[in-house]
This record gives sequence, C-alpha cells and structure tokens, in this order.
Amino acid sequence: MDEILEILSNDARISVEEIAKMTGISKETVRKAIKKYEKDGTIVKYKTVINTDLLEGTKPPVRALIEVSVSPQKNVGFDHIAERMYSFPEVTSCYLVSGAYDLLLVVQGEDLQTVSNFIASKLSPMEHVRSTSTHFLLKKYKEDGQVLKKSVNKRRLNISY
Amino acid sequence: MNIDISKKVEKMAPSGIRAFFDLVLGMKDVISLGVGEPDFVTPWHIREAAIYSLEQGYTSYTSNKGMPELRKQIGHFLKNRYGMSYDWDEEVLITVGVSEGLDLVMRAILNPGDKVLVPEPAYVSYVPTVELAGGRLVILKTDIRNGFKLTPEQIQRVVSKGVKALMINYPCNPTGASYTKEELLKIAAVVKKHNLLVISDEVYDELTYDFDHTPLSSLKGMKDHVVYFNGFSKAYAMTGFRLGYACGPRKVIAAMTKIHQYTMLCASITAQMAAMEALRHGSNSVQMMKREYKRRRQFIVDALNDIGLDCHLPEGAFYVFPSIKKTGQKSMDFAKDLLKKKKVALVPGIAFGPSCEGHVRISYASSYDSLKEAVIRIRSYLS
Repeated sequence: MDEILEILSNDARISVEEIAKMTGISKETVRKAIKKYEKDGTIVKYKTVINTDLLEGTKPPVRALIEVSVSPQKNVGFDHIAERMYSFPEVTSCYLVSGAYDLLLVVQGEDLQTVSNFIASKLSPMEHVRSTSTHFLLKKYKEDGQVLKKSVNKRRLNISY
Repeated sequence: MNIDISKKVEKMAPSGIRAFFDLVLGMKDVISLGVGEPDFVTPWHIREAAIYSLEQGYTSYTSNKGMPELRKQIGHFLKNRYGMSYDWDEEVLITVGVSEGLDLVMRAILNPGDKVLVPEPAYVSYVPTVELAGGRLVILKTDIRNGFKLTPEQIQRVVSKGVKALMINYPCNPTGASYTKEELLKIAAVVKKHNLLVISDEVYDELTYDFDHTPLSSLKGMKDHVVYFNGFSKAYAMTGFRLGYACGPRKVIAAMTKIHQYTMLCASITAQMAAMEALRHGSNSVQMMKREYKRRRQFIVDALNDIGLDCHLPEGAFYVFPSIKKTGQKSMDFAKDLLKKKKVALVPGIAFGPSCEGHVRISYASSYDSLKEAVIRIRSYLS
C-alpha cells in the first residue's frame, strides 16, 4: 500500500503537514495524492472506531452474524438478492462467501427484539432465500485489526542504554 | 567487615549517570526519549512459539554453543541475506545478547596490554569490557561534522605494534551513523593491511534506512578478520529474551565457547525456540517496524533542527545525537534540568564517552504522539 494510505488508515485525523514530515514527501504532493484518492474512491470515507461497550447511559447495540442460503438467479447470480439485503440500513456488512452458505450479513439493532424482528419479517421471507442461521454476538474482542481491550501499560523502563 | 573490591571494578562506570538513571526511573509521568529498546512488543507469532515450547516441555539446557537447529538456521539466514558462509557448528556461537558476546571476545583474544581501537561515541559496554579483559584502549573520536563516522585515515594514524583489534558498531548506538559499502571497503583495506581483527557489532543492521546494510565480514577477504555480532533484540523487538550470536574464525569462536561454557553454560532454551520462529517467519514484522521507525526519524530530525538543536540525519538504528552546545550547558545538566522542568527524559552524551559532551541521545523508539509532545516540551524549555 502507498505510504500515505498506510499512515491514514491508522490515523485519519493526521494532518497533511505531519504526513509530509514523516515521509519526507512535500506537502503539496501529499495534498494532491490525498485529493486523488478521495476523488477516485480509493479513500471511501474517514470514520471513527468507537468501543460501544464503554458508552455510558446508553445500551450498546445488539449485533448478529447471519448466514443466508439463497438460490442464485439467472443472469444476476447473487448480486441482485445481495443488493436487496444490504440496502436495509440494519445490515451493516454483507459478503458473498464460499462454503455451506452463500451470504454472510452483519445486522445491527437496538436490542434483541429489533434484530429478531428484522430477520423474521424482512430477511427470511425474502424471495429466493432458502434458509438463515443467526448468531448473536456476545462479546467483542477485536474488530478491524483493533484489539478492544485497553492495552496494559508497557513494561519498558523509562531509560536504558 | 571491610571488603576490598577489585581495583579494575572500582574504577569502572561513571556513577553520575547511574544516579541520573535512578532519578528518571523514580519519576512519574515522564515522556521518555531515553529508551534503548523498541517500543513494539515482540510480534505475537514469536511469543506464541515461545509459549508453545514451554507447553511442550522445552525447559532444559541446550548445547553450550546453542541448539544445532538454531545455529543451522542462522547459517542459512546469513547466507541468504548477505552471502556470508559460516560453518554452523564451528563458526557460530549463541550468546545471551550481543553484550555477552562482546565480553567473551575481549576475554578470548586480549593479553594484558593489547590495544583495542574503540570509536567514540561508543556504546556503554565497549570501554569496560576491554578494560576488564586487561586490554588497553585507543579511543578514536568521531564527530557531527563527518556524521560520526570513523575514517580509514584515522585508523591508519594510530595502528602500531600492539594494536590487536578494532571495535566497530554500525548502525551505531548512540549516533545512528552507518557506513555504505564503499566506505567499508576503504576501512577493510586498512584492516587487511595491518592484520587487525575487527569486532563488529551489527545488531541494528535491519534498521538501516537509506541503503542496504553490508556486513564487514561479507567483503572479499574479510571473513578471517572479523568477528560478526548480531542478535534478535532490535530487529524482532526481543530485548527481554536476551539472545544474540557471534560468527567468526573458528579459533576465536572456540576460545569464546570455552569461557561461555563455564560462565553462562548456554542461552535460555525458550529464547532459542523463539528465535527460530523469528528467523522462519519474522521478516514481515521487521519490515513493518522499520517503516515506522523511518517515519519517526524523519519527523524527529526535522523537528529538532527546527527548534535549533543541530541534528544530523542518521542512517540507521533508532537514535539521533543532536548537539546542545548552543545552550552552553553540560549534557548532564541539560538532561537533569529538562527532566525536572519539562519531564522529558533523554540520555546525556557524556554516557558515551568524554568527547560526547555537548550532545544528548534521543531515542525515537516511542510513539509518534510522545515524540510530538516531547518536541513541544523541549521547544518550550529552550525558549
């Protein structure tokens, strides 16, 4: 991956000046490169990773992984049904996978009831869906490369040769 | 009871530095640029291999020289990486860090009064290990004007009868200076001409940023002249495992092994098992860490020059060695005062030899955020 993207993927708030300092590339070149990535869609958006388990006063959302078996359709394969599913805002991720089932969805809602209702009323009855299997997430350990446990203090001495 | 301590030991080590270290270690909320080890923890696959070896019951001694499998792997690794050919059984010795290896080699080769050339700034163990082994020191000063590099002319000027060995460390702790192949060829020529033995500490080899690292012993005709030292601490962030190795002429390795078998017996088997995993699958982690250090190097050099501390761009390791001469302070006073007023810790230059007064060692093996904050504090201290 391009070094500018590598830096941004770890810290989206870092400034052009800082990237320039770190890489020795001129500010102008960095700015242009980022513009280009934003324009051609390489950089999709800048997001914040939130550990919802730590939110005070609000219940963390409930999420489920749903394995969906579908009958592929002529000409469009799985794409058409996938689109019908991922267009629901409740579906936060959608993948076509190999193996015992076809589509893997991540569905998110306020509570167990909301998620269950969504699956029962929207997903399962959808045309071409043969079966679904739902796994509610119980605990989040690591997400998108980020371990969510607060890291323990490094045991390094403050000074050494 | 009044116990007399060995005279040699009594005159060792500048105690002022120890006191300063104790001061830093006792202080809270310090931003430290004084650390001589990576800020990464050992990559998980290596830690996992160490844990697995314990589960499997690998808890015994190993052969004095180190596990044959590990020595073979090191042989292969050096062959692939640098084209060096070492016989794994007779020319490779596994040590408890490079530090142990350096002590061994001094004791193995020096007779009382033999001279060793040591460039300054020097890593803190070089001078004491030569002295403890009964050798005599010839210090070769390097300075910021030539990027802290030793020149062949400098060696040429001091070689005389009785000079047995040349100590060299590149990339260098504390300056980060390293040598290109062309520069090393010139040094090699002088070494061969005067039949010196080079003790080459190349533990930071993987952290060379602007050109490919060249081991001295990989140069034509140099294998018999060099004892090559490397280890796992810096490249694989394995400092706490304490594991290094020495490769060199079999006569020297055999002599080192003699001392090692009585004083150390062998390196820890857990560390040796971890090291095998590091050599097998560690190269991606090394490259990831190297890219990160390189970014920080660029940042810290620019930032220090920006706030008025002259700093050369080092070729390797994770240190910079800026001049603080403008402040008019001694390095120890500067370090203490900065610690007291701004809670930033760094190592005073004086720790690396008397000629290093007027400099401080700053380690950039710290998160980018700490480096940024440290620079802000140093700037405010200076103004």
